[in-house]
Amino acid sequence: MSGNDIREGFFEECEDLLEAISDGFAAMARGQRDSETLNAVFRAVHSIKGGAGAFNLDTLVEFAHKFEGVLDAVRSDQLKVDDVVLRLFHRAGDRLADLVALARDGQIANPADNAALVGELAALIDDDDGAADEAAAAAFVPVTFSLDLFGPADEAGPVRHVIRFTPHRALYTTGNDPALLFQALARLGDLEVSADLSRVPPLSQLEWDDPCIDWTLTLNTEADEAAVRDVFDFVDGLCDLEIVQEGAAPAVFLPPLIEAPPLLVPEIPADDPAPPVAPRLGPVPADPMPEAPAAVQQRATIRVDLERVDRLINLVGELVINQAMLTQSISEVKLPPGNRVEVSLDQLKRLSSEVQERIMAIRAQPVKPLFQRMARIAREAGQAAGKTIYFRTFGDATEVDKTVVERLGDPLTHMIRNAVDHGIESPEKRLTAGKPETGTVVLSAAHRSGRVVIELTDDGAGIDRPKVREIAIRKGLISADKELTDNEIDNLLFLPGFSTKTEVSNLSGRGVGMDVVKSEIQNLGGRVSFGSRPGFGTTVTISLPLTLAVLEGMVVEANGETFILPTTALQETVQADPASIHRIGTDGLFLSIRGGHIPILDLGVCLGLQDRPSDLKGRVLLLLENSSGGRTALAVDRVVDQREVVIKGLEGNYGHVPGIAAATILGDGRIALILDTDELASAMAAEPDPIPQRLAAAGG
Amino acid sequence: MTLHVLAVDDSRTMRGLLDHALREAGFHVRLAEDGVDGLERLAEATPDIVITDINMPRLDGFGFIEAVRRQRAFRSLPILVLTTESAPELKARARDAGATGWIVKPFDEQKLVDAIQRVTTM
Repeated sequence: MSGNDIREGFFEECEDLLEAISDGFAAMARGQRDSETLNAVFRAVHSIKGGAGAFNLDTLVEFAHKFEGVLDAVRSDQLKVDDVVLRLFHRAGDRLADLVALARDGQIANPADNAALVGELAALIDDDDGAADEAAAAAFVPVTFSLDLFGPADEAGPVRHVIRFTPHRALYTTGNDPALLFQALARLGDLEVSADLSRVPPLSQLEWDDPCIDWTLTLNTEADEAAVRDVFDFVDGLCDLEIVQEGAAPAVFLPPLIEAPPLLVPEIPADDPAPPVAPRLGPVPADPMPEAPAAVQQRATIRVDLERVDRLINLVGELVINQAMLTQSISEVKLPPGNRVEVSLDQLKRLSSEVQERIMAIRAQPVKPLFQRMARIAREAGQAAGKTIYFRTFGDATEVDKTVVERLGDPLTHMIRNAVDHGIESPEKRLTAGKPETGTVVLSAAHRSGRVVIELTDDGAGIDRPKVREIAIRKGLISADKELTDNEIDNLLFLPGFSTKTEVSNLSGRGVGMDVVKSEIQNLGGRVSFGSRPGFGTTVTISLPLTLAVLEGMVVEANGETFILPTTALQETVQADPASIHRIGTDGLFLSIRGGHIPILDLGVCLGLQDRPSDLKGRVLLLLENSSGGRTALAVDRVVDQREVVIKGLEGNYGHVPGIAAATILGDGRIALILDTDELASAMAAEPDPIPQRLAAAGG
Repeated sequence: MTLHVLAVDDSRTMRGLLDHALREAGFHVRLAEDGVDGLERLAEATPDIVITDINMPRLDGFGFIEAVRRQRAFRSLPILVLTTESAPELKARARDAGATGWIVKPFDEQKLVDAIQRVTTM
């Protein structure tokens, strides 16, 4: 492991630690203020400080140190955590995250930027002048033992030190060993040791930790006294120590009473039956320590380069395609039923799809870190807008593809700012409306029928539909006489350049609208829709695929071509029965099903393969539901199969083709296009034909 | 003879740094994540020296050192405390628990090795 790896590892660990801090504060906000919660936060801040110190990230160390000091005051009951304190803690946690991010990017944080926050933190612990804090910070200067190496060592020749050393009992009980101290001294120069054994009791009364020997040591060394004292650093206070410097010339001092042999005999009495000596003699051959890698294996996780995982995913994708091709070739050979080839092939199919599933799971990550970041966005947005916001999350553990998690950050940020800025009313308005002053914003994630659904709900005023309509007319987005359903009005918010706020706020008004949110979500293979009740609030729902690499698709044929239809959009398939098909207007065909009327679209016409719809007789209708709940029946010639297909992006080579999401390779090696049913349906609906539209809305 | 070191620290980064520094110095290294883990590692095989952090979950450094010293076999096992703390009262507490020495993080690799040599027979 190189230094860089360790450094990178530190920042990865920091993410976990920051998460722990955020978790802790969230728990405290819920009223859980026990010592374990607090200790966990303290330890996390402490670990960040420790690691940062190792990499000389001084600003980070300093800030973490101050933060830790305040947390410590809470631990020792000098400070009580109330909402004000907790808010400050949240901000300090955010700042800590910023400092970590800066350090990671190799940027130097300006300590002055922390000054205000540090001041507020210091004020919490009555540290008005900051003197005590300064002292504590000074105490944390990364001094290790002493800096004797650069001391005035090379002055005149060797100096003679006479050291009187009398160990206390505690020196032995702390695992220190005079013999080792003497060896360390001997490394500094010529050492002569003599022992005063006059206090040594008879053998029968000897205790293992009884310090009954006084030592006199004479050291001739070039090192200065500080270096000599340094040897006794660990036993300071555990012995009587006197060091006298005598200059180069030998001087008269109290002669030792008994000369000790030059080779040191450990002072641990020989009759001590306990084995404390054993560990000091190095490893006992019969009890060898396992090699370190064995210890490493005990870890439950490993870190893997993402590139390796992606390569694996790609390979498995190819494997699945290959297996499909093999299946197809074998079926063409027409082997007798129940033959062994097909049985084995079946197993291969199961195995490869399981391998694929498992590998996909490697890329899956919980949304929790993302949601935690959003908590901060909500807090900051609330502050900027002068509104108090209660932000809650559900389903933090829901796992989504890593790329999806990463790319959801921006859209979610924008949505939350929108919710706080436009959704939640001002405190006065809320009180007038009989609502609590604090607005609630809830972010949740859940797996629902093979997709990940992320919802952002606020308890604000809801979408002001008359106003949205009015603005859309004014901006020329719709004609003044156009009648729209609530849903359609809500969807106007997704149109480029739409903004209901008359003045640009300092939050949402950054030139990014819901249209950008929508296109970002669509790029992830997802859909976004609004739900709103005036006076009660708004819910924005994002529905995303679990993975970006495969999809469960229906293989269909239209006009002689093969297409894939994502089954997520598919509700049911219906055989076209003339009795349930009605014609309205010239070209408007509708399917009556369970009392509703659903417009029928011909896939061939949608894609421009043919000009007019073919006869529906004998064809299949696929009932699709789009993200805003509208339904369409798509007429295709034949349903061939339902299978998992590997998504191969087209946009890198062809740009975006409306109605086409991507492509895949079929079992026979042919390429089939994967359809974007939402886009297909909306492209058709955009054509002026008001009657089917209204009927469709009534039916859907 | 290779010196066996057991390093106990809850920080993954610190464990990595210790592992790296001690291996470079030619020691055998085993790692533990907290006091409880440290006691388990200690029961498996006896190291020549233990280096431990103070602030750790489950069982902190003080408790860990006390528990080690309560075992007769480890009465004189050298235990160095490696921590960011430098307050005298904490040092005193560690010493009361039975710590052999105290090193303040961030550590300098050479000084760490020197300190280890000072309390072990190498």
